[in-house]
Amino acid sequence: MSAVETKVKEVKPLLSKKNRALMVDPLSDNNPITIQVLGICSALAVTTQMKPTAVMAISVLAVLVFSNLIVSVLRNAIPSRIRIIVQLTVISVLVILVDQILQAFVYDISKQLSVFVGLIITNCIIMGRLEAFAMANKPGPSLLDALGNAAGYGWIILAVAFARELFGSGKLFGFQVIPDVFYEMGYVNNGLMLIPAGALFVIAIIIWIQRSINQKFEEA
Amino acid sequence: MRNSNNYVLTFAVIITVIAAVLLAGAATLLKPMQDANRKKEKQQNILSVVGKTGENDYKQFDELITALVINESGEAVEGVKAFEIDLAMDKRVKAKDASHKLQYPLYVFEENGKKTYILQLAGVGLWGPIWGYVALKEDGKTIKQVVFDHKGETPGLGAEINTHAFESQFENKSILNDNNEFVSVQVTKGAKAEGEMHKVDAISGGTITSNGVSNMLMEDIQFYLVYLNKSQS
Repeated sequence: MSAVETKVKEVKPLLSKKNRALMVDPLSDNNPITIQVLGICSALAVTTQMKPTAVMAISVLAVLVFSNLIVSVLRNAIPSRIRIIVQLTVISVLVILVDQILQAFVYDISKQLSVFVGLIITNCIIMGRLEAFAMANKPGPSLLDALGNAAGYGWIILAVAFARELFGSGKLFGFQVIPDVFYEMGYVNNGLMLIPAGALFVIAIIIWIQRSINQKFEEA
Repeated sequence: MRNSNNYVLTFAVIITVIAAVLLAGAATLLKPMQDANRKKEKQQNILSVVGKTGENDYKQFDELITALVINESGEAVEGVKAFEIDLAMDKRVKAKDASHKLQYPLYVFEENGKKTYILQLAGVGLWGPIWGYVALKEDGKTIKQVVFDHKGETPGLGAEINTHAFESQFENKSILNDNNEFVSVQVTKGAKAEGEMHKVDAISGGTITSNGVSNMLMEDIQFYLVYLNKSQS
């Protein structure tokens, strides 16, 4: 029986170099959206406004952290032949829980996010982390990996939403920030920012900036 | 061992049972709160079209609003609770089975001796159901105010139907033309013209949702016409 879990004895300092990398890499060098280009669908769909985007980022964080932890704890017990479906089950349960909780406590935002909360189930970032990391690592590092990747996803979608809401609606978090004077002088909101194509442009610009700062992704 | 059929099967069953218990538990536990949210939202929606937008107005819903149920011949029906009619569901049944009789809820609000009729609407947008309430002034044709809502229209596009900017366009539009024929209010492109009584501007990027609103207004207001006509004479 190999299904017995070996106890974690050695205690690493919380932010050893390796663990730090788990947290920090996904923010930039290994960002799930801009480098791995995963989770693009939801990045396009929910980022027209900041508020729903923030709730989305938090929901993904919750789902990713708990699913990474659960799968990591179960990793030695999960039969490899059905591991994908087990991972999916864990993710689905968590996503439905998040959806139910949003409906009970922040009803209006849950209504705005509607289907996209449910679609966290199909977010490749989460499946990707479970399959690539949690299945092979202890709960501690898995937790850090989840936090790092969720933050990497979160800050990118928030940045995209910032640009889209600002230029698309002249607002941030629902408050008008572009003064009426501008509109009277002939300024118009950019309708492109409101459609999903707008998000692609913003993400592309973020990738562009990132790669000009960090040359190591450029292939000769 | 870990890949033997028995182990795989047992594991799958255990995971499924745990998942089922968790979800059923959460759903049962949170249902009262979710239902309360929905009921409160519906009451607030209905009250909002007659200008009762206060934080706690919904608590007096029963005192402020008289609820009626109208049948297809425009008569008030007894013994049916207006608030519990699921109009969207009834319309779906009707679409499959033409003999199904629809009943529409009608909410009447009275202030300073003047009646306001609140009509309920249910339709479809791009991704799912949309619905709304239209308040008609005492003349039975001028729109006082509307409120729309949706299940899952795209944020920033179709979802804009429940913003003030969109809804306020409907104020003072008329559902009847000068000959008292029903023309509803159309949501269409570039309808901002001064003096336009039967059109409002659609949402750019939300055409299908906008059309859904048009269709819903057309279909559902029609239903109330007989009753409204009678109450005018």
